[in-house]
Amino acid sequence: MGVDYSQKIPNNVDLSGDKALQRALEHWQPGFLDWWRDMGPDGAQGYDVYLRTAVSVEPSGWAHFDYLRMPDYRWGIFLAPQVRAREIHFGEHKGSPAWQDVPGEHRANLRRIIVTQGDTEPASVEQQRHLGKTAPSLYDLRNLFQVNVEEGRHLWAMVYLLHRYFGRDGREEAGALLERRSGDADKPRILGAFNEPTPDWLAYFMFTYFTDRDGKFQLCALAESGFDPLARTTRFMLTEEAHHMFVGESGVSRVIQRTCEVMRERRLEDPVDVRAQGVIDLPTIQRYLNFHYSVTIDLFGADQSSNAATFYSAGLKGRFEETKRTDDHVLKGATYPILAVDDGRFVMRDAPMLNALNEVLRDDFIKDSLQGIARWNKVIEKQGLAFRLQAPHKAFNRRIGTLAGLHVTPEGQIVDERTWQAGAREWLPSDDDRAFVASLMGPVKDVGKFASWIAPPARGINNQPADFEYVRFN
Amino acid sequence: MPAAEAAEVIRQHLIDPEICIRCNTCEETCPSDAITHDGRNYVVDAAICNGCNACISPCPTGAIDNWRQVSRARAYSLDDQFSWDTLPVQQAMAPDAGNAIPPDIAEITALATAGQGGAAPAPWSAACPCVNLHTLAQPAIATITGNYRLTADGASADVRHIVLDFGSSTFPVLEGQTIGIVPPGADANGKPHHVRLYSIASPREGERPRYNNAALTVKRVTQDHDGHPVLGVASNYLCDLPRGAQVKVVGPFGTSFLMPNHPGSSLLMICTGTGAAPMRAMTERRRRRIAEQEGGKLMLFFGARSAEELPYFGPLMNLPQDFIDVNLAFSRAVGKPRRYVQDLIRERSQDVARLLADDDCYIYVCGLKGMEAGVAEAFAHVCGEHGLDWEALLPSLLAKGRYHLETY
Repeated sequence: MGVDYSQKIPNNVDLSGDKALQRALEHWQPGFLDWWRDMGPDGAQGYDVYLRTAVSVEPSGWAHFDYLRMPDYRWGIFLAPQVRAREIHFGEHKGSPAWQDVPGEHRANLRRIIVTQGDTEPASVEQQRHLGKTAPSLYDLRNLFQVNVEEGRHLWAMVYLLHRYFGRDGREEAGALLERRSGDADKPRILGAFNEPTPDWLAYFMFTYFTDRDGKFQLCALAESGFDPLARTTRFMLTEEAHHMFVGESGVSRVIQRTCEVMRERRLEDPVDVRAQGVIDLPTIQRYLNFHYSVTIDLFGADQSSNAATFYSAGLKGRFEETKRTDDHVLKGATYPILAVDDGRFVMRDAPMLNALNEVLRDDFIKDSLQGIARWNKVIEKQGLAFRLQAPHKAFNRRIGTLAGLHVTPEGQIVDERTWQAGAREWLPSDDDRAFVASLMGPVKDVGKFASWIAPPARGINNQPADFEYVRFN
Repeated sequence: MPAAEAAEVIRQHLIDPEICIRCNTCEETCPSDAITHDGRNYVVDAAICNGCNACISPCPTGAIDNWRQVSRARAYSLDDQFSWDTLPVQQAMAPDAGNAIPPDIAEITALATAGQGGAAPAPWSAACPCVNLHTLAQPAIATITGNYRLTADGASADVRHIVLDFGSSTFPVLEGQTIGIVPPGADANGKPHHVRLYSIASPREGERPRYNNAALTVKRVTQDHDGHPVLGVASNYLCDLPRGAQVKVVGPFGTSFLMPNHPGSSLLMICTGTGAAPMRAMTERRRRRIAEQEGGKLMLFFGARSAEELPYFGPLMNLPQDFIDVNLAFSRAVGKPRRYVQDLIRERSQDVARLLADDDCYIYVCGLKGMEAGVAEAFAHVCGEHGLDWEALLPSLLAKGRYHLETY
């Protein structure tokens, strides 16, 4: 069905046909708007922003562009169209019709999955709330706000499921999603990476490249779910998530482009000289990459997890591209090689695949992430420079799983703690690095102008030129 | 693959690997599963893609919206596309394949679209056009099956509706495309006459549906642009052809001035004289699909000296008002002030502004070169009255394939 915009809460789920649910969500809505006012983009609520709003979930309808003040964005509930007679295609219920309601025995696990996913959405808005004050262009400012309003919508997507299918527990969890705060010691967000600050735009681009890509893989896995409303919800979220990854990949690429142009034109190599030109030196970009990559791959969870096995076998959460895989989709007896340490050396050890599904998803993510890094290297190569960025070793800087706590260099060498501490300055962003990057940050508010440290985009948004007035400050 | 099919020029849909972020949205969206990927690139299978464009607007990067003209036999394979770091540049169509657009036709096209800085991209939902299937070296032979005068007997202009039957030759056309007529004989210097281009005046399935035919609107040229008497070679040749006569035809040509096909799309058409041909084709296409109830508005501004000289005046007047909003401007109507299409555009300012601002509305201007500036000024005026900025709007209209000029 089409999106009903005549309602307080736009939706394509016939919300007005379920008065109790409608009332419950209309009761939650003011709390959300309060949260947005308090924790959404700082000082930007009055701007007119050239935003994309979905007017239907059909391909032609969900990318509708117009100027809008963010608090007037029509956050709503959009599910991808229902697939007729959809079946569960993995796990023990393989071949059964997909569930339209929550099976009692999986209620707690599904709620946990939805709450964990839902918690990341407002968390990232909180992490990014001050970035609008230092945007390198109107184009970037607009992209930030687009990401923010859509993360807000993703929160709505999860809250709908909690309210609609999980009764009182669901309503309480939906309330708690507005209570936790990123980085707050007393009431932190659930996942570690979502409590890290996003202090500058390089961190933001790295976050949207790596961490929103984690979002893509989690959503893809949930889009396979036997619980059909979750599958349909996440499927539509993926179309929005794509823009967020785009902001990250193209953002980092533009930073690299600018740095390399300056290095080539002025024949500079020493990071000190490069920094003196007001651009971010490549080793600093590498250190940011190391940090965000390692923090993000922790998000996939422990490499061996009985929960992961339960979620899969129960049909709650599939693998990335589950339907395109050619195995039996039950995985009993299947094994998967996992990186482990034996006698001070890395070894690959086979583990039951069902238990290793977090690792399977992490490896899919790594493969996909490397492609973007390869594209960034093409930018450097085109400028005739020898430097190459690379992903650090999978065991570098890990906090979760069997690799947690090991001292491993980005190249994959196991070292003692002292060596690691001494090297960390070279491998992870130091306070100096962050201070330098912060020193470059400053708002660029002129139409068509870009900060010194970033190249303009190859294309504007919605075919608009780069010098389009993407944000009007009023 | 038969030779004719192999030589067919297709508009191959490609994804720019430099801009693509591999988000999978296009693959997920594609209703015909034409998009796939490996570890590096997302690619489109030319054998499956039907150009439905469902993938275009969901793409977050714009990487999806790339097209190259290639002969079907030389379409880029999936393996080609998997190996790319960057998109290949548009190759000149190989002359040895007999597929080069003839230089004089390229020149006419360049001139006709000069007013908008060269051809705009086709509307995103346009059907994929075939071009240059029949060349000067190997023209198709068509038979005249109809030749009717469209203007009143007393009118000064002799404008004719001429129907060509292509027999067993493959000659697929789309509304807005042109075909070339090769007049027989040679000029005073003994050189073969130049090919002349005419817009198709019938919809894609033919004047008589499914009989492999097309109609042209031809004005008998009896004076040049400056009013000096001159007999147009091709137009007089065509206008005098009896039923059953055979004529050499090349083409079809044109990949830009094409109509949108998506439901809800609107057409704003502005024409004078025989510039009505593509408008008639598009209108007729929509008229025949009225039962589909696809929505969208049709608005026409049509200029002529008088009602008697206006081609298709009778049939046009018979179209239901809720189907098409017709606005006629006569510059020589007896006892009336001179009125031009740009005057009417200003009078209908509010409705025109609404269409200009509507992303689903596509604008077509066809007729004499002289109307270009007047129409652009009228649009600027309309924009000014409704809080739009024509200068800012025009580039986006062109970029989105929403504004098409063909003037001569």
